[in-house]
Amino acid sequence: MAIFVTKILVMHELSIAVNIVELVEEAARSQQAENVSKVVLEIGTLSGIEFDALTFAMTEAVKGSLLQKAEIVYDIIQAVGVCEECCHEFPTDDYFTVCPVCNSMHTSFIKGKELKIKSIDLVTND
Amino acid sequence: MCGTCGCGEDDHITYRIPGEVNLTHVHTHTHDGLTHSHEHAHHHHDHNHPEAHQHTHEHEHGHSHTHTVTLEQNILSKNELIAERNRGYFEGSQVLALNLVSSPGSGKTTLLERTIAELGKKIDCTVIEGDQQTMNDAERIQKAGAPVVQINTGNGCHLDALMVNKAMKQLELKRKSILFIENVGNLVCPSLFDLGESRRVVIISVTEGDDKPAKYPTMFETAQLCIINKTDLLPYVDFDLDKVKAAAARVNPRLEFISLSAKTGEGLQEWYNWLQKLHS
Ligand SMILES: Nc1nc2c(ncn2[C@@H]2O[C@H](COP(=O)(O)OP(=O)(O)OP(=O)(O)O)[C@@H](O)[C@H]2O)c(=O)[nH]1
Ligand SMILES: [Mg+2]
Ligand SMILES: [Zn+2]
Ligand SMILES: [Zn+2]
Ligand SMILES: [Zn+2]
Ligand SMILES: [Zn+2]
Ligand SMILES: [Zn+2]
Ligand SMILES: [Zn+2]
Repeated sequence: MAIFVTKILVMHELSIAVNIVELVEEAARSQQAENVSKVVLEIGTLSGIEFDALTFAMTEAVKGSLLQKAEIVYDIIQAVGVCEECCHEFPTDDYFTVCPVCNSMHTSFIKGKELKIKSIDLVTND
Repeated sequence: MCGTCGCGEDDHITYRIPGEVNLTHVHTHTHDGLTHSHEHAHHHHDHNHPEAHQHTHEHEHGHSHTHTVTLEQNILSKNELIAERNRGYFEGSQVLALNLVSSPGSGKTTLLERTIAELGKKIDCTVIEGDQQTMNDAERIQKAGAPVVQINTGNGCHLDALMVNKAMKQLELKRKSILFIENVGNLVCPSLFDLGESRRVVIISVTEGDDKPAKYPTMFETAQLCIINKTDLLPYVDFDLDKVKAAAARVNPRLEFISLSAKTGEGLQEWYNWLQKLHS
C-alpha cells in the first residue's frame, strides 16, 4: 500500500514536470535559443505539489531536452492568509485558518497557490 | 496607464481586498521585438511605491549571450486552455458535465449504474470512464445502458482536459444531456486538473474513515458537491458524518452534501434532484 501511494505522488508531479519542460522549450524555441541555462519556478506551499516529488520528477523530465543542463531554482512561496474582516495577514500551512487576531472564519489566501514558471535564462547566438 | 510607474500599461492585475500588503504587479515591455516583463512593488492603499525597473540583459548583440525572459506562466496553462474549450462546448450544447473524483472503490461506478438505470429514462446520460487499466467500468456502464468511452491512463493517475477532449469526440453528445466523467480513483492529482466540467463532485464512502477532508483538502476545496456513499454500512463502521461535514466545510464553506447508499437507494432522490435542478 505504501508503495502504491508513493507511486501516485511521483506520477502526479511527473506530469507537472513534463508540463514545465514543454512550456519552457516552447518559449525557448520561439526565441531561437540554443538552450536554457536557468529556470525559476514559483511553487506555493498550498499548490498541491509535493516538493520532493517534483524535484525528483524534474531530474527525469529534463533529460534530452533544452533544459538538460539548466539550473532549476525553486522559489517556495509560503502561503499567506488574509482576514476579510480585519485585514490581518498571517503565514499559514493550512487550507483553513481562523484569523489569529479577530477569530473570524472568513479568511482567504493572498499567496501560496502559485504553480508558475517565473523566468527562464535563454542562451542565444545572435 | 499605470499612474505610478508610467509604463503606459493598463492591464496590470492585483489580487486582493483593501488592506495593507505590498502586491507585485507585472508590466510587459517590448524591446527590439522581444517581450520582457518586470515587476514593481504595488501598495493598494496608495501609490507611493518605489520603482524597481530591472532589466537583466545588455543589448550587445552578435554574440552568444544569456537573456532572462520573464514568463510568469501558469504551469497548468495548457490544460486550462483546453479545459475552457471543453467548457465552451458543454455550455453551447447545454451539456451538464460532471467530474467525479474519489479514492478507489468509493462507489462511483455503482452510483452511475443506478443513475443511468433510473434517471436515464428521463435524461440522456453519457459517461467517460477514467482508469489506469481495464475496460471493466466501461463494460458495467454499457450494460447499464449508456454510451461510454473508457480512457486508460496507464501510469497516469488523473484525467486531463485533452484526454476528455479526445474522448468526447468519440461520443455523440446529445443536446441537454448529462456527461459523467469518472476520474481515476485518487484524491490527490485530479484536483489540479480542470477538465472543463460544469461541476466537480467528490465522493467518499463511510468505510474510508472520517479524516479524508483533513488529509486531502484540495479535493474538497475545489468540489461543489460532496457525496457520502455507502450509508447502509454506517451501523458497522466508526464514521462520524457530522465530523466529516464540518471538516470539509472548513476548507470549503460553500460545499453541498448528499448522503446516500448506491446499494440500497437511500438518499438517491436527493442526488437526482440535484442533477435535475442543474440540468434544467
Ligand atoms: N455496501 C455498499 N457497497 C457499495 C455501495 N456502493 C458501492 N459499493 C461497493 O463498493 C465496491 C466498489 O464500487 P465501485 O462502484 O466499483 O467503486 P468505484 O469508485 O467505481 O471504484 P474505482 O473505479 O475502482 O475507483 C463494490 O464492491 C460495490 O459493490 C454502497 O452504497 N453500499
Ligand atoms: Mg469505477
Ligand atoms: Zn496525477
Ligand atoms: Zn481578522
Ligand atoms: Zn502600479
Ligand atoms: Zn514599469
Ligand atoms: Zn486589507
Ligand atoms: Zn539582448
